[in-house]
Amino acid sequence: MTLFFQQFVNGIALGSVYSLVALGLTLVYGVLKVPNFAHGALYMAGAYVSYVMLTSFGASYVVAMAVSVAVLAVLGGSMEWLVFRKLEGKTPVHSMIAALGLLFFMEGTADVIWGPTFRQVPTPFDGVVTLLGVNITEQRILVIVAAVVTMVGLYLLLKRTLVGMSIEAMAQDREGALLVGIDIRRVAMLTFAISGALAAVAGSLIAPLLLVFPNMGELIILKAFVIVILGGMGSVPGAILGGYLLALAETMAGTYVSFAFSELIAFGMLVLVLVIRPTGLFQKGV
Amino acid sequence: MPVPRARGVSLALLLLAAILFPLLVDNPYLVSVVVTAYVIAIAVYGLDVMLGYTGQLSLAQGGFFGIGGYTAGILMASYEVSFWIALPAAVAMTAALGYVIGLAALRTRGDYFAIFTLAVGVMIVIIIERWENVTGGTDGLIGIPPPSSIGPLHFDSLNAQYYLVLFFLVLTIYVVWSLVNSLVGRTFVAVRNSEELARAVGIDAGKTHQLSFVISAALAGLGGALYAVFLGYIGPAMGGVQMTFMMLVYLMIGGVASLAGPLLGTLLVTSLMQFLQGFAQYQMMALGPILVIVIIFFPQGLAGLAKRLPALWKR
Repeated sequence: MTLFFQQFVNGIALGSVYSLVALGLTLVYGVLKVPNFAHGALYMAGAYVSYVMLTSFGASYVVAMAVSVAVLAVLGGSMEWLVFRKLEGKTPVHSMIAALGLLFFMEGTADVIWGPTFRQVPTPFDGVVTLLGVNITEQRILVIVAAVVTMVGLYLLLKRTLVGMSIEAMAQDREGALLVGIDIRRVAMLTFAISGALAAVAGSLIAPLLLVFPNMGELIILKAFVIVILGGMGSVPGAILGGYLLALAETMAGTYVSFAFSELIAFGMLVLVLVIRPTGLFQKGV
Repeated sequence: MPVPRARGVSLALLLLAAILFPLLVDNPYLVSVVVTAYVIAIAVYGLDVMLGYTGQLSLAQGGFFGIGGYTAGILMASYEVSFWIALPAAVAMTAALGYVIGLAALRTRGDYFAIFTLAVGVMIVIIIERWENVTGGTDGLIGIPPPSSIGPLHFDSLNAQYYLVLFFLVLTIYVVWSLVNSLVGRTFVAVRNSEELARAVGIDAGKTHQLSFVISAALAGLGGALYAVFLGYIGPAMGGVQMTFMMLVYLMIGGVASLAGPLLGTLLVTSLMQFLQGFAQYQMMALGPILVIVIIFFPQGLAGLAKRLPALWKR
């Protein structure tokens, strides 16, 4: 039973990161209908910015993460401004190919700057807490808590502020939003910036637990797509629930069946969902 | 459809140039670069059948390329099956898998379809890497022999392999050309332009997508099998997502939905990458923005640009 609880906690920590990545993806999809493949690269870039801040500038963990969030918000916003805005009115396949180009560019740039080596990110939270016989590293606790705080923050932003409400309005009805005087270009850019910030939080949180390398975003972005399809493209609660669900399924399968099997679970789930219910398990809507 | 005479002459000249190329160049390195480009171009034609003519982005193309290569490679290296049986077997295998995967994948369209096929592509690589006793895992598969001779024709030399690959490339282009000019090809385009309209005039959109996907996968299988035989060894990377992305770059730069596009793009980009090998590190950094610029400003690629050029000239 201890093993089960141990793996449950690990699954929740992993799920926190999956959910954060999926949230950024689903937000952009809901508002702009852009399937942003480059989102995984934003997550990677977020981890690298934190890494540089921690190792080269000796910043504290919180400062490193704040810088990473700021940098990635700017990067996300400029992606919309420089690329996706130009593809307005084209098919999603056009945006998707452009997103692949951005992914190439960012991974290539990371490879040129830092090389393909795996980097370890130091964390001040390296202690271990024992709770009911379960060992939890402080970093995992931080991941879980910070993710929940971020999610609550996002919820408040979307529901309680004018900016958030205009994002929701645009997700529901683009023309309608335009009619009531919402600057849809600004909202689009802002949505991308928020999405970049979420990717930075996820990347910075997971970096000390995993290793940082240029292709680190590839697998997680695919999983995030699975989560977002599972939860319904554009659905915020769907992305959160789907993230925890997939991570728990993977951790448990890895513990009780085999590692190879856990790798295939995400894709197995995708096949099942698309065959049974192509529109996702949840109703759409931010 | 008859070919206009001027076009027929220029096509014949191009073919002649392709035939004379290894004799005139006499540089094994250059010839092998071109052979590799031809082989990949065959799979890129497959990608174009699906993306250019039917309007769906299949990101499993590299995976099918890998399956074709591994089917031929395993049959020839591990079971000593003749190339002339292994090649059709590889094509049949990818076509059959394309059909089965298509049954699920084609329940979706557009972005969902692309994500689904990307996941399929990733799964294919994972399976190739894990099924070690058959595929050789991450070490790959070595010792794939060259094609066996038919009568007086031997395929041991580089030039002979060049002509063999050229033959299949020309065959591919011919098949795609007859396809897009046939009624079937027009249903592809009709479905691409508007699925509702196509359905309204009595086209079975589901069957059309399915057929296009099978042809697309079969061409990837053909290219993959030739790739394995030409190189003599294969690794999981040949079926990787990176391979799919490169094919997409070749296609977008060359031009979608044009007969010259896939070959033009593949030849141009692969040879440029060979000559700029010193900058290999910057390859992805450069290709990314190029892809973005192409999709925003020249969505028809070089072939589309060439078509527009005379009109621009007159202005």
